[in-house]
This record gives sequence, structure tokens and C-alpha cells, in this order.
Amino acid sequence: MTVLPRAWLTWAIMPLACLVVTPAAWAQKSAADGIAEYRKMLQDGNPADLFEVKGESLWKTKRGPKNVSLEGCDLGKGPGVVKGAWVELPRYFADTGKVQDLESRLLTCMERLQGFKAQDIIDTPFGKDEQNNVTALATWIAAESKGMKFNLSQSHPEERKMYEVGKRLFFMRGGSHDFACATCHAQDDKRIRLQDLPNITGNAGAAMGFGAWPAYRVSNGQMWSMQLRLNDCYRQQRFPYPKFVSDATIALGVYMGVNAKGGEAASPAIKR
Amino acid sequence: MPSTQKFSIAMVVCGVALLSACAAPGPSNAELDQLTQKILASSFRAQGQAQLDRIQPDEDNRLCAEADRTGVALDAKVTQAIETRNMATIKAPSDGKYLGDWKEGEKIAQDGRGKTWTDSATMANGGNCYNCHQISKEELSYGTLGPSLYNYGKLRGVANPNSAESKPIVEYTWGKLMNSRAYNACSSMPRFGHKGILTEAQIKHVMALLLDPASPINR
Repeated sequence: MTVLPRAWLTWAIMPLACLVVTPAAWAQKSAADGIAEYRKMLQDGNPADLFEVKGESLWKTKRGPKNVSLEGCDLGKGPGVVKGAWVELPRYFADTGKVQDLESRLLTCMERLQGFKAQDIIDTPFGKDEQNNVTALATWIAAESKGMKFNLSQSHPEERKMYEVGKRLFFMRGGSHDFACATCHAQDDKRIRLQDLPNITGNAGAAMGFGAWPAYRVSNGQMWSMQLRLNDCYRQQRFPYPKFVSDATIALGVYMGVNAKGGEAASPAIKR
Repeated sequence: MPSTQKFSIAMVVCGVALLSACAAPGPSNAELDQLTQKILASSFRAQGQAQLDRIQPDEDNRLCAEADRTGVALDAKVTQAIETRNMATIKAPSDGKYLGDWKEGEKIAQDGRGKTWTDSATMANGGNCYNCHQISKEELSYGTLGPSLYNYGKLRGVANPNSAESKPIVEYTWGKLMNSRAYNACSSMPRFGHKGILTEAQIKHVMALLLDPASPINR
């Protein structure tokens, strides 16, 4: 992991170097291009690989109070089928009677097969104990669908309801600043500072935004699942804290995932 | 029209109604709104200064969100009502002075912290201005969600902010910072004064950044 400090330094200096001597508009473009190039370079050594390896091992290892592996877990395509599962989640599961995203489905399997208490994991902060294992599992499972196209089902009434709820939550203004997800993610070609913002109401933007997570974040050296990505969006929206795998986060997952139909799953990506 | 023909038309109409009911047995908008509220109530918890009152219904936000989601613009009367009630929250500065120090204003414009569950409730909040607006020519890392504010005062002919000619634009800018929704019912800009994001003193500093002829953005 010695690559990290150096990467950090490059990150800090590179945009400045582009920006200082040039007219604004040209420099903006150049900085964005530079950042894209920098990310591409990093892809060769994406630390997400380590989480993938860990996730695969966790899937196959006998663990938990019942000392069972997750190989019997049904992620939607039958027990033990991992490839292609990520691009169809969130979806409705008859055995729980709920629409579930990847992380909430993992909790179901960890509870039912392995004997973990789902609520204990829900109450564990990100980056600690079993939460780290859920993130690693999600990273590996998503990576197994890399390059496949998003194809979420809308055939079950509960899936259609969750899409409509997700859409309402996406446009809901609240918090001290009256921000909605839509404040930043409902127009093309906008930025916050120099960060490009995907338009998640459209197909291409949704695929770009939804399709990149789980992702490794260079700025804080953390692997982020979609749940953590949404959690931090809500933090910056100045909303209260969205509970882990709460229905609001899953409804947003349905809204984004359905909008992303046909887009390519790029996760695990590497991000600023 | 013979009654048999009427009957068969009626049958077709019923059949179509039945079919579409089968194909899309979806809940009504009102039911979906209710379900959303129920999910909202169960999905969030208070953390730090981000308490649950932040997701309590706010009529201005509810109306604007619905317009955003459906793409149907608000009725002119509704727009007017939102602007009127937000306008009523705006108060002139307590000491009659609208402008503070543009250097402090620049710091506030740069600062994006405050009001999240990881921020201390006792620290001064930032204005987040550069996140969405170009302001000074020197700062190249600016967002594009809002219009450029470069040369804000100069373009509006503010040579002396204390003059009678400048009064309308000075008062408008003050109001816009205090409560943006008084001028644009569904503006995306936070209501900095009304929602207690920035203090009156901080807003004066941002006013100076925008309107003081000595501010780098007007030179």
C-alpha cells in the first residue's frame, strides 16, 4: 500500500499544475481530463482488488454461530449464483416478502445461514467489524458482474412501488439547506467545485452514478459500498442519518438501478 | 344506436378497463405519497445536530419537489404564495448596515462545512458558495449549479453601495441571501438567513464580497 501516499501527492498537485497558468474554461476542462487520466492510471492498481479477494474468501469460509459458508445464499438467481446477481439488484424476494438490495440480502443470508444477528450488523458503524465484511462481500459480488448490463426487474408490484417511492425520495427537499438528491443530480453537465455530477434521472447518468459503486475512495483510503455512498450523500444533504439497509436507501437503489437499465456495471471503480 | 351495439361497446370499454387494471394494478399517487412518508419515518434516525425535524414536512419544499418530480410547473398563485410567505421572513439588518468585510466574505464563500451530523453545532457554518457559483476570478475550483457571480456588483452598476441608486440591488441581494425563495419560489439555493445557516454578521460579509467595489470580484 506504499502507492497511496504517492497517489495522494499526485492528486493534490496535478490539478493545480493544470490550473495555475491557464485561462479558466480551458483549465477546467483540462483538470477534468487530467483527473480522468489519473483515475485510469490508478485502475491498474485499484486497492479494491484486496477487498474483492477478501470478499470471495468470506463467501466461501464457514463462519458465524452456525459455522456455515454463504455458498447457499440466494442473491436472486438461485442459491450460490453470484455472477449477474449485482446487475439485477435491488429486487423482490419472496422468502422475505421484501425488495432488497445487495447489502440487505447479504444480511438475510448471514442471519439465516450463518446465525449472525442482522440487527447487530445494522447497528455497527461503517468500517467496523462485520460491516467491513459486508463491504468486502459486496465488492466481490459486484465485481463478478463487472461489464454486465443493469437489468433490474419491475415485474413485481413491490418493485414498482419501491421505484415510485425512490423517485419521491430523490426529489424530496429537506434538511437545513433544502437540498434534494435532485438538487445536484437532475441536470446534465453540472459540477460541484470541479467534481462532475451525473444526471441520475437519465439513463447514461444513472448508469455512471449507480454503476460505479462499490468503489475505492483514494481521498480517505476507504472501500465504499452503495449503502455508504448514499449515507454520505444524505450527510452532505444535511439530512438525519439513514439507517443501514433502510427502505429509503433501498427505494433509491431501485430508482437509480432501474434508470440505469442497459448501462454497464463498472464496479468496483476508483474514485477521488 | 341499437341497444346491442351500445352493450358491446360497453363490454369493450369494460374489457379495456379490466385489462389495464390487471396490467398496472398500481397504487394511486396519494397512496405512494403516504408510503413514502411511512418509509421516511422508519428509515432515518437523529445523529448529532441532524435531528428528525429536518425531514418534517415543509409545505414550500413539498410543492417544489412535486413540481420537480412531475415536470408540471406550479400554478402562478401557488408560486406567488410561496414567495410572499418567504418574503415575510426577511428583515433588514438590525443596525441598518448591509455590508461587512469582503475578506471575511471570501472565507465564508470558500467554506463548505456546517450543519451535517459530523459538524459541531457550535462552530460557525460556511456558505458553500463556491460549490455552486463562480465568484472571484482567482478561484478556479467552482461549481456550475448556480449562475456566475463574477463582477456581481460591477455588472449591476454598484459604484457606491451606500448610495440611493444602489439601494434596490443592495436590498435585493440581502433578501436573496436571507431567503432565496422570496424571489424564486423553487430556487435550489439554501435559505441562509431564514434557516439559520449563516448569521446576520456573516451575511454582511458575503454582501461585501458581492457588492463592495473594493472586493476582488468587482475589480
